[in-house]
Amino acid sequence: MSEAWVALALSLKVAGWATALNLVLGVAVGFTLARRRFPGRDLLDAALTLPMVMPPTVLGYYLLVLIGSQGPLGAWLLQHFGIRLIFTWQAAVIAATVVAFPLVFKSARAAFENVDPEFEDAARTLGIGEWGIFFRVTLPLAWRGILAGLLLAFARALGEFGATLMVAGSIASKTQTLSIAVYEAVQAGQDDTANFLVAVTSITCIAVLLSAGRLAPGRVPARA
Amino acid sequence: MTAVWQVSLRKKYRHGASRFELDVDFSSPARRVVLFGPSGTGKTQTLRMIAGITAPDAGLVRVAGRTLFDSDGGVSLPPSERRLGFVFQDYALFPHLTVRQNVAFALQHGWRNPARRAAEPRVLQWLERLHLQPVAEHYPHQVSGGQRQRTALARALVGEPAALLLDEPFAALDRSLRQRLREELLELQSTLALPLLLITHDDDDVRLLGEQVIHLDAGRVVAGDAEGGLRRPAQAGEPVAI
Repeated sequence: MSEAWVALALSLKVAGWATALNLVLGVAVGFTLARRRFPGRDLLDAALTLPMVMPPTVLGYYLLVLIGSQGPLGAWLLQHFGIRLIFTWQAAVIAATVVAFPLVFKSARAAFENVDPEFEDAARTLGIGEWGIFFRVTLPLAWRGILAGLLLAFARALGEFGATLMVAGSIASKTQTLSIAVYEAVQAGQDDTANFLVAVTSITCIAVLLSAGRLAPGRVPARA
Repeated sequence: MTAVWQVSLRKKYRHGASRFELDVDFSSPARRVVLFGPSGTGKTQTLRMIAGITAPDAGLVRVAGRTLFDSDGGVSLPPSERRLGFVFQDYALFPHLTVRQNVAFALQHGWRNPARRAAEPRVLQWLERLHLQPVAEHYPHQVSGGQRQRTALARALVGEPAALLLDEPFAALDRSLRQRLREELLELQSTLALPLLLITHDDDDVRLLGEQVIHLDAGRVVAGDAEGGLRRPAQAGEPVAI
């Protein structure tokens, strides 16, 4: 059963990293799409939403083409840094990040669009610079919506299967996440292991949802 | 006497088929200027351009001897460097910060908001001066309309701005409260000797606060005393009977 804990730890590590990366990427992209007008904005939004609607295996194939040792990014990493991404847990992080990304940037964009620009104008007249305004006014006012997106992303990353399997494979205690371990156990007819893994997964998901309810504070109203 | 306010602004707006052209020109040596006119005449837009929140197509803004915007001279200070206090029509108080933190906002630079216990002398002084200590730890949605207005005023004044801009500061208040807060504002303005530009469509604001009144209609300054049946705008430096 210790393999189950290893798989759980790996899943949490991968989902945690994917969520952290999406916090930075999703907030930056969501903010840009919400506040800047530029040609091709709708097209960019649609393109970035693709990972949500495409089959994960297709996504995994694209990633394989991109970061595989023959791919443009993979070859470059190998040549300059000697890094092989394929079949590592970092590849699983990349897959989970890409798959969960639309959930974060969509929520972030909606949350930022809900912040009345007048609060930002008010901060400007009070002598605060643009970075200060972002961290002191815009982000705190949009935070609840972003947090909701991040929790969804964490859950999605935890359950990620298809794209992960394509780029990270299923190497026990190296890249075999919980959801892949369940599949392997069922394939191998190990019902006890499968039952245990499924129970662990379910409990983990319930724990995430419960802490989500605690994390989101109900104090701040949308408007004065 | 030199002009305290020197404003000349042009901007074209296009909203689908409808067009609006703002072309506002005025200059005044008066410390208290009231921009008066019905809604939709570009008063708020004028104020926003003076504050630098909206960029005009062309023009000149000089307030109390400082050039804030000059399209010919290539000067355009960002709003954060204009040192103009701005009181928004619905106050735009930060809903996630307490009254105290709102007041302290301008004094804290960098990426972090003032602490909930912010106890700078200037913050305490303004909380006291505008009778806000009892609600200092409350959030804006928990205090009355008058207290919100005072918080907005304190927040704008704590950084010692060179002038104060007010967008219909009394419109959101009860009638009975308006007169009292008008008098408070007048007293504050004369104590601080602070140039003040207020926009309104309320005759009472004009009567009490307007040292000079500028009538705006359809994006332009309209001269003449017959407009709107109001008294003629006071001449330069002429005292106004209150």
